[in-house]
Amino acid sequence: MLEIKNLHVKLEEEDKQILKGVNLTVEAGKVHAIMGPNGSGKSTLSYVLSGRDGYEVTEGSATLEGKNILDMDPEERAAAGLFLAFQYPVEIPGVGNMTFLRTAVNSQRKARGEEEMSSSEFLKVIRAKAKDLEIDAEMLKRPVNVGFSGGEKKRNEILQMAMLEPKMCILDETDSGLDVDAMKLVADGVNALRSEGRGFLVITHYQRLLDHIKPDVVHIMSEGRIIKTGGPELALEVENNGYADIKSEEA
Amino acid sequence: MALPQAKLDLTEERIASLDLPKGGWSDAARSDALSRLRLMGLPTRRDEYWKYTRPDTLTQAEAPRAAVFEGEDTPLFDDIDRLKLVFVDGVFDAEASDDLSLEGLSIERLADSKADIHWAKDLYGALETSGQTPVHRPLAALNTAFANDGLLIHVTGKVSKPVNLIYTHESETSDAMLHHVIKLDAGAEMTLLENGPAAARFNKVMEVDVADTARFHHVRAQGRDHERRAATHIFARLGSGSLFKSFTLTVNGVMTRNDVIVELTGDDAQAHVAGACVGDGDFHHDDTIFITHDAVNCESRQVFKKVLRNGATGVFQGKILVKPGAQKTDGYQISQSLLLDGDSQFLAKPELEIYADDVACSHGSTSGAIDEEGLFYLRSRGVPHGLATDLLTIAFLAEAVMEIEDQTLADEINARIEGWLLRRRG
Repeated sequence: MLEIKNLHVKLEEEDKQILKGVNLTVEAGKVHAIMGPNGSGKSTLSYVLSGRDGYEVTEGSATLEGKNILDMDPEERAAAGLFLAFQYPVEIPGVGNMTFLRTAVNSQRKARGEEEMSSSEFLKVIRAKAKDLEIDAEMLKRPVNVGFSGGEKKRNEILQMAMLEPKMCILDETDSGLDVDAMKLVADGVNALRSEGRGFLVITHYQRLLDHIKPDVVHIMSEGRIIKTGGPELALEVENNGYADIKSEEA
Repeated sequence: MALPQAKLDLTEERIASLDLPKGGWSDAARSDALSRLRLMGLPTRRDEYWKYTRPDTLTQAEAPRAAVFEGEDTPLFDDIDRLKLVFVDGVFDAEASDDLSLEGLSIERLADSKADIHWAKDLYGALETSGQTPVHRPLAALNTAFANDGLLIHVTGKVSKPVNLIYTHESETSDAMLHHVIKLDAGAEMTLLENGPAAARFNKVMEVDVADTARFHHVRAQGRDHERRAATHIFARLGSGSLFKSFTLTVNGVMTRNDVIVELTGDDAQAHVAGACVGDGDFHHDDTIFITHDAVNCESRQVFKKVLRNGATGVFQGKILVKPGAQKTDGYQISQSLLLDGDSQFLAKPELEIYADDVACSHGSTSGAIDEEGLFYLRSRGVPHGLATDLLTIAFLAEAVMEIEDQTLADEINARIEGWLLRRRG
C-alpha cells in the first residue's frame, strides 16, 4: 500500500536534516505503529507524506499503490487515498463542518471521475457515522473545529476519515490531549475502519493508544531513522524500559 | 474662511453644469443646500476625509465614461416576492416598475412631488444637514440641491414584502443623482433592497428617519459594471428602541465611496452597518462611517470586510462618537482586509471619540493573507487549491454577510460572492 524508501528530508528554511533514510512498507489490511521520542521525526514523516509546505525531499521515494505521491499536490494525494489525522486539527472560522465535509467528499469523487454524492445521500451517511462517534447535529453545523474541545477535534478527524474512506490512514499523535473515555471512542472509530484494503500508520508517543488500536507491526524511530521493527511486544518493551535501551542497543 | 481658489473654481464649475430643480416644497431645502455647498466647497485630496480616495472623478463637471456591463446574470433578488421600482440611468421608469402601492407604506416620486405642503419637507436635506457636522460631506449637499429624482417613502406599518430599487445602467455617459427620503413611523418595519450599477457616475443620498421602535432593514448590491463610479450617502436618525440594519455588497467598480452617517438619538436603539466588497485591478472602494451615540443604552456595530487582489485598493474610515451622557453605549467596529496578493492595499482609519464614562467600545482592524494552515488542512482533505481559497475567502466575509437577518437574502448575496470568485478562478 504505502512504500517509503530511503527517505531523506530537510527543512526548507534552515539547512537541517530531519529524516535520514526512512524505509517503511505498510501493507493493505495492516496497522503499523511508529513510536519514538520527541524530535525523532515522526510528525515530519506524516507532514511530508501529506504534502505540507516547508520540507524538501533530498533523497528517496514514497509511493501509494505504486504511484509516486511526493510529486503530487496535497489534494491529489487525498484523492489518491491518503489521509492524515492531524495532531492539531486546524480551526476554520466561517466554514461549516458539514459544508467542509461535503466539499471534501465531492472534490475527491470528482478528482477520481466518480459521481458526486447528493445532499440527501450525504446527510444520511454523515448522520449515521457521526452518531457512532457521538458527534451531534450541533457539532456538524458549527464552523470546522472552532470552539471544539480536544476530544471533539480528534473525533471530528475520525469522522472525516470515515466519510472520505481513504486507503491509507496516517494518525499523528491522535491520542494526545485525550482522556481515557475519549481515547476509547476514537479507537473504536478507527477499529471500525480497519479492513482488508486499508492500511494504517499510527504515530504515537505512548503505548496506551496501542492497547485500543492493536498494531500488527511496531517501528521505533529515532533521529530520523527507523531503528527497530518488531511485533506488538515492542511497544510494551518501550513502555517498560523507555527508548534509551533500544537506542543503546542500536549504537 | 475663504475657500482656496481651486476649490472654489471646481465647485462653481460643477454647479454651473447642473440645473436647479424648482417649484414646490423642496425649493427652500435646495437653496439652503446650495449655500452649504458653496461654503464647504467640493472635496479635494487635501481634505482630511479624502486622503485615501481621489475625489476628482466624483466632483468634475463631466462624468467619465463607463462601459455598460453585458452579462448573463440572473437579476439579483429575482426569486424574492418584492415591489420592484426601476430607475434607468437615474430616471424612474414607471413602465418597468410595479405600481407604487403596497400596504403599510406610501411611495411618491420626488420629481412628481410639487405641492407646497408635504410630509417630506421636514426631512428632505434635514438629516443631511445634521450629518455635515463635524465632518463635511459636500457631495451630499450637492445632491440635496440638484437631485431631481428619487423616492419619498412613508412607512406607516409593517410592510409585507421588500421594496426593491433597481438601478439600471444603459448610457455610457450617464451622470445620475437620486435622493430618497424614507420615514418610518413608530412601530413600522420595512426591508429595502437596492441593486444595480445605476449610471456611469452615480451620486445618491438616502435620508432615513426611524421613529421609536421602528425597524429598517437594508440590503444593497452595487452592480458589476467595472468602470462605474459612485458616491453614496446614507443619513439615518434613530428613535428609541428602533433598529437600523444596513448591508452593502460591492463587486467591481473603479470608484465607490459609501458614506453612512447614523445618529442614535433615542435610548435602546441599535444600528448595524456592514459591508463586504471584492475587487481586483483598478477597483477602489471606500467605506466612511460615522456613528454618533447621543442616547443611553444603544448598540452600534460596524463590520466591514474587503477582499482585494491584483492592485485593488480598499479604504475604511470608521468613527464612533459617544456624546456626553450616552451611558451604557455598546460600540463595536471591525474592519478587515484579505489581500490575495502583494499588490493590493488596505487603508484603515478607525476612530473612537468618547465623552461618557460607562461605555464599552471596541475596535479592530487587520490586513492579512489567506491562512496557510487552513488552506493546507482543506487541501489535505482533497479540496483543490482554488476551491479551498474560495471557501476561506467566503468564510472571511461571513461576519459581514451574517449581519443580514433574512437568510434568503444572505444566500443571494453569498451566491454573488461565489460567482465573482468562480469567474476569477477560471
